[in-house]
Amino acid sequence: MTPFISAEWLPIVFAALMAVSILLYVVLDGFDLGVGLLLPRVAEEADRDRMIAAIGPFWDANETWLVLGVGLLLVAFPAAHGLILTQLYLAVALMLAGLILRGVAFEFRAKAGNVREKRRWDHAFVGGSLLAALSQGWMLGRYILGFAEGPAAYAFAAMAAGGLAIAYAFIGAAWLIWRTEGDLQRRAIAWARQAIWPMGLGILLVSAVTPLVSDRIFERWFAFPELLLLAPLPIATAALLLAIANLLKHMPLPDDALRRLPFWGAVALFALFFAGLAWSFFPFVVPDRLTIWQAASAPESLSIILAGAVFVLPVILAYTVLAWRVFGGKARDLTYY
Amino acid sequence: MDATLLARIQFAANISFHILFPTITIALGWVLLFFKLRFNATGDDKWMDAYRFWVKVFALSFAMGVVSGITMSFQFGTNWPGFMERVGNIAGPLLAYEVLTAFFLEATFLSIMLFGFRRVPGWVHTGATLLVAFGTTMSAFWILVLNSWMHTPVGFEMRDGVAHATDWWAILLNPSMPYRLAHMLTASALTVAFLLAGLSAWRWLRGDRAPSVLATLRTGVTMAAVLAPMQLFIGDAHGLNTLEHQPAKVAAMEANWQTRGHVPLVLFAWPDEAARENRFEIAIPSVASLILRHSFDGVVPGLDDFRGKHPPVAPVFFAFRVMVGTGVLMIGLGLVSAFLLWRRGALPRLLLWGLVGMTFSGWVATLAGWYVTEIGRQPWLVTGVLTTAQAAGPVPAGSIGATLAMYLTLYVLLLAAYVATIYRLAARGRLADAVPGSAMPVPKVATP
Ligand code: HDD
Ligand code: HEM
Ligand code: HEM
Repeated sequence: MTPFISAEWLPIVFAALMAVSILLYVVLDGFDLGVGLLLPRVAEEADRDRMIAAIGPFWDANETWLVLGVGLLLVAFPAAHGLILTQLYLAVALMLAGLILRGVAFEFRAKAGNVREKRRWDHAFVGGSLLAALSQGWMLGRYILGFAEGPAAYAFAAMAAGGLAIAYAFIGAAWLIWRTEGDLQRRAIAWARQAIWPMGLGILLVSAVTPLVSDRIFERWFAFPELLLLAPLPIATAALLLAIANLLKHMPLPDDALRRLPFWGAVALFALFFAGLAWSFFPFVVPDRLTIWQAASAPESLSIILAGAVFVLPVILAYTVLAWRVFGGKARDLTYY
Repeated sequence: MDATLLARIQFAANISFHILFPTITIALGWVLLFFKLRFNATGDDKWMDAYRFWVKVFALSFAMGVVSGITMSFQFGTNWPGFMERVGNIAGPLLAYEVLTAFFLEATFLSIMLFGFRRVPGWVHTGATLLVAFGTTMSAFWILVLNSWMHTPVGFEMRDGVAHATDWWAILLNPSMPYRLAHMLTASALTVAFLLAGLSAWRWLRGDRAPSVLATLRTGVTMAAVLAPMQLFIGDAHGLNTLEHQPAKVAAMEANWQTRGHVPLVLFAWPDEAARENRFEIAIPSVASLILRHSFDGVVPGLDDFRGKHPPVAPVFFAFRVMVGTGVLMIGLGLVSAFLLWRRGALPRLLLWGLVGMTFSGWVATLAGWYVTEIGRQPWLVTGVLTTAQAAGPVPAGSIGATLAMYLTLYVLLLAAYVATIYRLAARGRLADAVPGSAMPVPKVATP
């Protein structure tokens, strides 16, 4: 197939597609994993079931964005894919173990023979969610520092791991505020309040370290016209954090008003943070080592994928909206038919 | 052990675990659609009961398939970085189309299929069931196109050591794809046939005489009787095609060392690669020539023509016998059971126990078949283009060994839990869930 976009632009288009899928993954599976992290806070069986029911119909499709994100890395930037995944070998394996446990625990707990067994799968669910969240954060930290080795780099990665887990817990709580009611909702509000400032601190720390570790990134942010153009990013982040924190103080509102807002606010926060990272790294796929042009596949192959993506992504979007409508509103018990 | 060998074992362990579940979901999706359509047509509750029971098996298998599939999609990068660097231009689009056309479809409509029964109109639910079945089949199609291309690569040229696609239609319709696709889809259907029959027979033996038990027993047995003989023919055609494109693999399957006519069909032997001959051979004279060349004196290439470039003989040879042996058992049991069931309406206990014993036989044959195919391709990863050793990455053996141990532990535990859960669901039969709060009551569905 002859490329219908210039070879210069194709890698940019794919980098953008990949970034969008990874962002969607982090937001969507982030709330699933977050709910997993919050599960141990609840002892009552019915509430636990309700929390699981709030994510049951979504997690599988949410996780598929990870497959697409990694798939795009694999297909569009094969050289980077090999490099990144071999660097992060152990963390990837741990994440996969986490995702395996989390994913099957849903099914097994629903079919458990007795309460004790069900609890055992709950542990697998929580442990899997935690393992996946921590290893994803660790990978983020390692990636930001360009896979640097040494105690300082590992400390940074550990911090990113904790930070991401807290961020997931936050967006998970925000999702529960939207999807649950009554006592459980009130507790979700309390969890969100607890998580928001630690999450803010995490954002601050990662944002502060990134320009310090790379002169190139420092230049990007603190050179002249850029500084003005980029200033809205941190300002908007701070404003959003304050606004959400303030909103949470007053929740629940009468008639459950604004119940969706913490979640969409969290989505906006994730997106802003992600945009900042993307700006720092572009045009590198492997920080300071490989640019997207160096790592890209042949233009013919990228074009044929793009042609399919242009057709299929809107369809995926359409049926995702359908599913969100079918399972809209407050979580009810999940019945299998 | 060296890192490449460990990486191979790890990859093989992961994909072997993964394929167990797609093998079930691909065909079970269509069987569920069949149950749903029967219910829509007859209003007979037994079909809805069957749907309700098997949709749980489906959901569980699907979850196992998804999580192990996610592992697979990382394995290319973690274990075989050289693979994507060399043939990424071809593998990439195929994998991408699988995600775009199959995975999202399955994942999204699965939730409507599983949890949407009372939230959407009946036709939407039936449609969701159809789309999930279609999605699993699509994903089998794309991944098998890629795998077949790795066996019989066409439609590309090498530029600077990197494969570039020149003809996508040739790649899609590569020479072994139709055979592999047909054989694998039938393998999936047979796996499900014996799962249906085996579990239903088990329930029957335990005195569970619900109408749905007999209905699913009949469904499974009928599928087996029709498809098992078909699989013999498809497999034979597949083998003939392989003879044309990968003669060394067929020589290993038959443990045939010399190129000659009147090649015997080896029933049993111990292939000795050091001595390059078979020990303890039991064989039927000239029959392999007859099967492969359709004449007793047909000349079949032997392993000695491919010295140093053929796959390890013993694993391919034995795996092939396990697969075909299981296939022959399936044909026998399928035909006898179907005959008796349709003639007498019931099965003797002995036969029921036979079916119970074969419950997971599809897994055995499928794994054996994949081992024939994949080990038979060695030392190549992509025939004639890339060897397995060239694709290996720089990860140290220690890391691979540690993660391998982790995966294996996880897989053993999950497999045990999976089988135990399926039997418990079967034992519980139509009873509602025993656990309060797991929210699976059995409402009476209104008949239209
Ligand atoms: C013949 C069929 C077949 C084969 C050989 C493979 N798969 Fe598979 N795979 C499926 C058939 C399938 C399926 C039927 O479509 C699954 C099983 C359950 C499911 O959810 O979809 C699936 C799931 C599945 C998923 C999860 C999809 C989701 O999130 O819904 C991924 C990422 C992969 N697979 C990836 C792979 C890779 C990288 C393979 C090869 C190395 C592979 N599969 C071999
Ligand atoms: C689904 C069923 C499959 C099973 C059970 C299976 C099993 C195996 C086994 C046992 C090997 C090891 C051969 C050896 O090293 O001696 C292998 C190799 C390999 N297979 Fe498959 N395979 C399957 C499907 C696929 C598919 C669909 C692909 C790719 C699209 C694939 C790609 C590979 C690769 C890259 C290797 C080389 C690595 C290695 O030697 O282990 N396999 N497979
Ligand atoms: C009954 C006689 C059978 C024959 C003659 C037969 C023949 C074959 C042959 C020749 C291959 C190797 C293809 C290659 O060259 O790569 C193969 C592979 C395979 N077989 Fe069979 N087979 C039979 C039964 C079965 C049964 C009963 C199952 C499962 C239920 C099965 C599942 C598979 C699978 C999954 C593969 C690997 C994928 C592929 O290459 O198609 N086979 N078979």
